[in-house]
Amino acid sequence: MNFELSEDQVMLQESVNRFVQNNYSFEQRRKIVGADQGYSDAHWAQFAELGWLGMAFPEAAGGYGGTPVETMIVMEEFGKGLVAEPFVSTVVLAGGALVHGGSDAQQQALVPQIAEGKLKMALAFAERQSRYNLADVATTAKKSGGDYVLSGAKSVVFGAPSADTFIVSARTAGGQRDTAGVTLFLVDANAPGVAVRGYPTVDGMRAGEVTLTDVKVAGDAVVGAVDGGFDVLDATIDGAIAATAAEAVGAMSTLNDMTLEYIKTREQFGQPIGKFQVLQHRMVDMFIAHEEAKSMAMMAAMRIDDADASERRKAASATKVQIAKSARFVGQQAIQLHGGIGMTDEYAAGHYFKRLTMIDRSFGDGDFHLARFGALS
Amino acid sequence: MDMNFTADELAFQKKVADFVEANLPPDIRTKVDRGIELTRDDFARWMRILSTQNLAAVNWDKKDGGPGLSIAQKFLAEEAIFLGGAPRMVHFGTRMVGPVLLAFGTPEQKARYLPKIIASEEIWCQGYSEPQAGSDLAQLQCSAKLDGDHYVVNGVKIWTSYAHCADRMFTLVRTSKEPKKQDGITCLLIDLKAPGVEIRPIITLDGKHHFNQEFLTDVRVPVADRVGEEGEGWKIAKFLLGHERSNASYVSINKRNLKKLKDIAADQRVDGARLADEPAFRAKLSELEIDLQAAATMAMRQLASAAADKPVGQEASILKIRVMDALKRGHELMMEAGAYYAQPFEQAQIRGESNASQIGPDYLYRMTPDYFESRAMSIAGGSHEIQKDILAKRALGL
Repeated sequence: MNFELSEDQVMLQESVNRFVQNNYSFEQRRKIVGADQGYSDAHWAQFAELGWLGMAFPEAAGGYGGTPVETMIVMEEFGKGLVAEPFVSTVVLAGGALVHGGSDAQQQALVPQIAEGKLKMALAFAERQSRYNLADVATTAKKSGGDYVLSGAKSVVFGAPSADTFIVSARTAGGQRDTAGVTLFLVDANAPGVAVRGYPTVDGMRAGEVTLTDVKVAGDAVVGAVDGGFDVLDATIDGAIAATAAEAVGAMSTLNDMTLEYIKTREQFGQPIGKFQVLQHRMVDMFIAHEEAKSMAMMAAMRIDDADASERRKAASATKVQIAKSARFVGQQAIQLHGGIGMTDEYAAGHYFKRLTMIDRSFGDGDFHLARFGALS
Repeated sequence: MDMNFTADELAFQKKVADFVEANLPPDIRTKVDRGIELTRDDFARWMRILSTQNLAAVNWDKKDGGPGLSIAQKFLAEEAIFLGGAPRMVHFGTRMVGPVLLAFGTPEQKARYLPKIIASEEIWCQGYSEPQAGSDLAQLQCSAKLDGDHYVVNGVKIWTSYAHCADRMFTLVRTSKEPKKQDGITCLLIDLKAPGVEIRPIITLDGKHHFNQEFLTDVRVPVADRVGEEGEGWKIAKFLLGHERSNASYVSINKRNLKKLKDIAADQRVDGARLADEPAFRAKLSELEIDLQAAATMAMRQLASAAADKPVGQEASILKIRVMDALKRGHELMMEAGAYYAQPFEQAQIRGESNASQIGPDYLYRMTPDYFESRAMSIAGGSHEIQKDILAKRALGL
């Protein structure tokens, strides 16, 4: 048993940490997320140069053969600075779908472009009625000769405004919530019939509503098997749960540091408020919540590639439940301990709280995964 | 024992409800429903409409120009106003300045200020907190030095709700440095248009402008606008805390939110079924409703004690903790109900500066900002930790 990072992994961690230190002060982040695009092209180019965009892909596909542990390392450091570049949407979500379902030809065509920073992608899986159920797909793909014609609307697609290419879940067979009959398609963002309404999310990131009106795609745009997209999607989202769990751990660590510093220095009633036992115990509970979350994020990183899908799903759901609990407690209490200043937009704590709250609203909340875990046990 | 309002009391409530239904301007109703920031004009318009029926100073006695309602009627009137979809009033005039002037004011102050409060012609805010004086309010440093028939005020106030909508600020200042810091505090009525007053907005996590910071530089305040004697500010503030901590009206806000939450849970679908029927969500919803029932019953017990002129005592702190917890929980569940649609957020929309259509179901758009805003409920007006200190000390003798 070994929970230590390898030498290369430590170097990766230091390198991402340095990037965040140099580029993601709160003021720097405010500028980035406040601008129209919501992220920096220069940062994206830097990610490519440092090898972070190709890291998670197999070498055969043009990636650098990293494991989910490398993704965890990057995401945890990103979480510490609330990095806003569309890494999750391109590398973890769309990239994950390519890894789990893409043909050799698709991988070889797209992965090198992602790795070089030339291609941004997004995974359009949620719909207005679907909540967190990946099989609840009303968007249709109808066969037309060798092609498919897609129609429907996809909701809150992370990274949609910057995506060059989407991977879209659509129904090719079965009833609206059947797992069988979901198929994934590569869709060019500029294809006729594709409309994107982009917007910021609460945490300063970007997402969009994607409408598909009779969008024609070729037969070779199918990712994975026809009617067999659900398993690819399911594995991909489990990967995203592991990645954003690590991001949440990083965000909690910064938020705890910030709160600890505040209660040590803020004086009321003639002493630092951190001298009051009720706040000491609260802070200890926040510290414990972070440690639990970190343990589960590490567990997820090591189990998320498990060949046994049921083990993988249980690991993902267990992690998500823990993250939901820890992130909620740390986020809410960080604001409470800060008092008024924690409520303000111009202070960093609230922005960590927001990102943590939105991670809980993504890929299934605590209740959803508690039920999923129960059904798998 | 009987926990029902009388038929007369309920008929009175119905009258108020009908008035709200007929007179709440549709644009204000829409803003409240959608969680869009209200302007000074919105508040002023609505408060003046209430004043036409003498329902702004709902808590005032007849002899003071108020409607002279019973304690039950006050509660029911406010409930009818909230349940009717009206905004909360900027109520520092009616809730704080009025009662203080009635108890401590000079005849001139009463004549000058009270009629405009009753008529909602002047809006007030409360200048208590300072950057270094939050929970420990007695620590306040904003100084007022006597210069002829004026005080010259210098200092900074913060977390002032709706100062940007107000004409005047009820302010605690320090007039002397006594060994016991509570002793040197004095209460002044400050004209916010006076030279030297600078109001800066504080934008909160919901993207809205509720709070402000005031920088007071050589602001000249007539001695005639001092309430009580020099050094009586703390006594006056304590007198007011009794008023501020009557949180029964939050029961009504909670009821409005619970209804909204149930509507949302009935409309949102999980695998085609109502979210309201999904076991985990339904359990949370029921738990909240029961918590609220306990809080509401506590509030009724307090109202009954107050009506019988019995001291309300420490239950006020219990009620504050529990109604605010329920409020926070309600907003959290409304946010959770949104799932992915809890995420879209454009500040211009929530501030009423954009006409673009909202993303997702229109009733969900405000829920996440409201959730963030609600986190202040256990901080403002004496944090939960301070309330529990009060209970530990005064109720339990610890």
